[in-house]
Amino acid sequence: MRRLFLALALCLFAPTAVVAQDLQSILQTHADEVADPGRRSVGVVIDDLLAAGLPNAPDFLAAWQDRDIVRDTADGRFYRAGRTSDGQITLIDLDTGAETMVPEDRVEEVRPNGGVRRVLGGALVRFRLSDPAPEVRREALTSIARRPDADQIEPLTQSIPDEPVAAIRAEKERLRNILIARFGETTEARVEAIEGLGGTVSSDARAALSQILETEERVAATLPDDVNVARILTPGEDISRVEAYGRLVDEGLAPARVSDAALRDALIAAIEDGTVAGVPVETLDTDAARRDAYVTLAEAGEVPPFVTEEEVDAALADHVFFAAYDEDDPAITDAARETLEAVDLRVGAAQTADLALDALSLASIYFLAAIGLAITFGVMGVINMAHGEFIMMGAYTGYVVQQFVPDYTLSLVIALPLAFLVAGAAGIAMERLVIRHLYHRPLETLLATFGISIALQQLAKNIFGTQARPLTAPGWLDGQWVLNELVGISYIRIAIFVLAALFLGLLLFILNRTRLGLEVRAVTQNPGMAASMGIDPDRINMATFGIGSGIAGIAGVAIGLYAQVTSEMGANYIVQSFMTVVVGGVGNVWGTLAGAGLIGVLQKLIESLNPSNTLAAQTYMILFIIVFIQFRPRGIVALRGRAAGD
Amino acid sequence: MAVSESLPLRPTPRPATAPSTWVFLGALAVFTLVVTVMASQGMISTAFVKTLGKTLCLMLAAVAMDVVWGYTGILSLGHMAFFGLGGYMIGMWLMYARTENIVAPALAQQPLPPTQDEIRDAIGSQIFGVVGASDFPLVWMFSHSLVAQLALVVLVPGLLALVFGWLAFRSRVTGVYLSILTQAMTLALALYLFQNDSGLRGNNGLSGLQNIPGYEQVPQATISLWFLWASALALALGYLLFAWVVSGKMGSVLRAVRDDEARVRFLGYHVEGFKLFAFTLTAVVTGIAGALYYPQAGIINPAEIAPIASIYLAVWVAIGGRGRLYGAAIGAALVSLLSSWFTGGGAPDINLGVYTVQWTDWWLVLLGLSFVCVTLFAPKGIGGLVDLVQARRVPDRQGDYGPDKGAKRQEEGRE
Amino acid sequence: MTLLEVSGVSVSFDGFQAIDNLSFSIGEPELRAVIGPNGAGKTTFMDIVTGKTRPDSGHVLWGEENRNLVGLSEQAIARLGVGRKFQKPTVFEAQSVRDNLAMALKAPRGPFDVLLRRNIDEGRLHEVAAEIGLEDHLDRPAGALSHGQKQWLEIGMLLAQEPRLLLVDEPAAGMTTAEREHTTDLLNRLAQRHAIVVVEHDMAFVRRLGCKVTVLHEGRVLAEGSLDHVTQNKDVIDVYLGR
Repeated sequence: MRRLFLALALCLFAPTAVVAQDLQSILQTHADEVADPGRRSVGVVIDDLLAAGLPNAPDFLAAWQDRDIVRDTADGRFYRAGRTSDGQITLIDLDTGAETMVPEDRVEEVRPNGGVRRVLGGALVRFRLSDPAPEVRREALTSIARRPDADQIEPLTQSIPDEPVAAIRAEKERLRNILIARFGETTEARVEAIEGLGGTVSSDARAALSQILETEERVAATLPDDVNVARILTPGEDISRVEAYGRLVDEGLAPARVSDAALRDALIAAIEDGTVAGVPVETLDTDAARRDAYVTLAEAGEVPPFVTEEEVDAALADHVFFAAYDEDDPAITDAARETLEAVDLRVGAAQTADLALDALSLASIYFLAAIGLAITFGVMGVINMAHGEFIMMGAYTGYVVQQFVPDYTLSLVIALPLAFLVAGAAGIAMERLVIRHLYHRPLETLLATFGISIALQQLAKNIFGTQARPLTAPGWLDGQWVLNELVGISYIRIAIFVLAALFLGLLLFILNRTRLGLEVRAVTQNPGMAASMGIDPDRINMATFGIGSGIAGIAGVAIGLYAQVTSEMGANYIVQSFMTVVVGGVGNVWGTLAGAGLIGVLQKLIESLNPSNTLAAQTYMILFIIVFIQFRPRGIVALRGRAAGD
Repeated sequence: MAVSESLPLRPTPRPATAPSTWVFLGALAVFTLVVTVMASQGMISTAFVKTLGKTLCLMLAAVAMDVVWGYTGILSLGHMAFFGLGGYMIGMWLMYARTENIVAPALAQQPLPPTQDEIRDAIGSQIFGVVGASDFPLVWMFSHSLVAQLALVVLVPGLLALVFGWLAFRSRVTGVYLSILTQAMTLALALYLFQNDSGLRGNNGLSGLQNIPGYEQVPQATISLWFLWASALALALGYLLFAWVVSGKMGSVLRAVRDDEARVRFLGYHVEGFKLFAFTLTAVVTGIAGALYYPQAGIINPAEIAPIASIYLAVWVAIGGRGRLYGAAIGAALVSLLSSWFTGGGAPDINLGVYTVQWTDWWLVLLGLSFVCVTLFAPKGIGGLVDLVQARRVPDRQGDYGPDKGAKRQEEGRE
Repeated sequence: MTLLEVSGVSVSFDGFQAIDNLSFSIGEPELRAVIGPNGAGKTTFMDIVTGKTRPDSGHVLWGEENRNLVGLSEQAIARLGVGRKFQKPTVFEAQSVRDNLAMALKAPRGPFDVLLRRNIDEGRLHEVAAEIGLEDHLDRPAGALSHGQKQWLEIGMLLAQEPRLLLVDEPAAGMTTAEREHTTDLLNRLAQRHAIVVVEHDMAFVRRLGCKVTVLHEGRVLAEGSLDHVTQNKDVIDVYLGR
């Protein structure tokens, strides 16, 4: 592949059929042009260097550009200049890198002028753009994108036909369009390039378009003909009156207003024997009184005149405020505006997709956190306030395992089932010791489990301390899956999504395909009837509590992987979990899924509308839920009829 | 576990106000007198007087909580939101008026007398500088007026309770659903107040509330006594009000709503109206309690409104014994004082040889576990001791009736 | 004059047709017994009339103005004058008999009425208590009463409400023979001024009431008429004896 590429390069960039083996010999062929380069003559040298495809050519060009090349007058060969000391200079051979010391006066410097250096710079880019290594070519593109420049259009255009990698070629074409859009020679070329940018969502394309559309706000007595007006600004609507008047003042089109502070200072300066312009100072404690005193002073000519509101209105009405494009050609700005709108639409779509992915991963977390709560609530009518602490327990289990098993992948494999066991055992213990004795007293259960919750939380604090403990994800979960510049999702979140899907499947299997599931469903829908049919409620309660708490433990590990493990982490999720259960509807896996989905989407949506403020987002979400309950008191997926109870 | 089978089953008849009311009020009067005397003799510190004054406010909130939970059966996990709102409302005036007292004389020193706007702007930048603002938000519209803010102490918690309660009860959200919803309400409020642009100084909250504008010269020792008296008076009046409300037919209907609200509906009572009445009235009283509490605490911030605070309120009532007003008051006093004793380092550490139990670390574990034990073994709470003393146990044939309608779940399933 | 007219009412729970195009009417005064096997829809019928269950279709018309009760809340229907006694006695066990009766006594029902108007019509209360034989037990907690006494208390609460229509679900369950006779007398006496629907399993009890009988089966009216008439109906015999 690379060889083919080189052959191609040779054919296309070989105006003079020189087949030279080393750099020095090519330089010697054009010794005069190298020694005293001119903007036109230097092209021949560059073409030959390019044609030879020598690996050290770019370095030479860079050195040439940096005025690091010297010529040994003794033999006429070119060298890179090294250190000088005691009248001696080190010469570095361009091909071999060998160093020789010669007297300083034996060499003469090659001093390309500014124009030549620009040509050299362009050539360097061309070299790098045609470099056999794709990474170098990508790097070159990145550096062009970072500092776009009209000179780069030419080399970029030339490198496109030979680009073997499709992705890089597309990137080159895109970059070329960006460059032409901004620096193109003719209007047609620029418009065409601008329209070519419509298909991307990349930030540099958008930046280029908005650069073209940059405006400057100006003011004039009448709208001038020779500017490309973006829009007219109406004072009081598009621009505040104060700002508009300030601009008039700045342009010297109106007298400055007297600010409150200036007014006060002027009055203070004019105090004589406790009066200002004959008015006693004590009475100057309202704005109106001060203004009157100032007007008196102004009439006496002691201070600049006071500009009244009417005068401000008149001045504003006499002038037109507008925003003008820096770009004078309306055809180009129109095209850019249209294209930017199209791009913004695509960006919007991409952002929506990104938001959806975010919401999906948040929903997975809520689902994992809430499903255990939902099961126990459905089966036993019990709200377990300590559920959050089971999440915490799972996370700390993961942390402890990592202290003993240094391999992150292995420790995760151990931690997940262990967290399930630890939290599940804690759940069963709690059910046996406490909840069992509080049957049919849901509110007391709620409070008793709250007691357990604060005890567990404090216990965790006493054992693990108050600072956050890390739970490190294995290396293969680092990074993110990038769809394009705007849409990406981290592998951890994908893993959590997979985990949630796994447990959804597992639960559905247990509930719908096993004897235990049948019994659980029976108890959920009609506890009295289930008991009378010989289903042992003790066993069911224990099993559901164990499973529900165990899943909370798993959720803890999952949450710990991307957030930190603290004794309060459970408390942070418990209210959201409640909301998920309440919104979704009790005793139904699909309900919890729907609740988690709704809350996840909602939270991300509200956050995206008000990105600066996640607190407000949560506030609005809770308000939404309170209102939602008005319309669906039993949640999205409600059990109907008598089974729902009253 | 037989004990847990029986819940408060108060014998009747009940006179307009039970004798326990007069006992409670007498004890409160004696307590106030003793504290006043001891404080003026310098036997107890000003800080402790404030702690006692604050405890009286918490007791008032707990009594209100008992009416809404113990009597009406609504386990509100959001009543401390009303408490905090009451505190915020009075705090706004305290802060405004005090800042004005500082700022206005300073401005008066300038060559020109200040305008009203200048004074207000100066107060605004003093108060809101900490959140990077200087303009007064709309909610501070009445902050210059003590009368208006006092009215808001009643109106804001009352209106919030009215609107929230109307929405919640109307859609017949009951039981744990309702509890979670009230918790969501207080969480939403707390999160909202945590924002810097909420207009109430974000997580800085309102501070310096212990300084009463116009009484800067009065020493805190005296002011702490004033507030102790005010809190005791508020508690006495609140207690009387609630004792009156839960006596007679009103109490009867409220307890009926608690035990079987469907049945109450079939008697023709508008259950939602009664719930709303209890919820709103208790919210207002809780707001007043908060308005008295925070000037003694000196500072209020959104953390005070966090859901955990309301849960503690329920814990106090449960430990004291719900369904009787004095039980709630005793529970609040006992647990909150114990809590400040333990967490304040007052309790001696226990050296177990291998491990030293420091109560600052272990108090919450103890509280949590003892709370579980109370729920399991003594559902009547401390108030249950009174029954033991009176030894007037009532034969209970049915057992399971209480705030939560136990066996109903099973009964509903049948034809 | 027709007090209550139920027409074309249907309701189903999760696909189970509990009431199927049921029509029923009762005048004032009138005593009517409703019988039928388990699952015939007797309780659901009462739930619909009292507003606990909202029917999928049909009307429930009430009183002189033919007001539709469908969609009204339970308390609104109760205030219009529909009283209900439940199958299982549901009295407020934590409260005294007096409190139970006082709550039921006809009086304004608003929260502020209840809070501020504290005087109870003691005369009426004692009258009801005497009628149900609980005058000596007024200060006992209702939870301490025997099952029969609770039944009586519930009937007393129904009387205290002074409704126009009484829906009585199995009043005689758990009563002694003497009590049953008392109940029969009471119902017959009340029926001279009120409309009463009695749901009962006990045929002997129904016979003693000596009133028109409606037989429900699978949510529909199977037969209607005197007890002798319906017991000779072939469908009724099939339902009760067949299968």
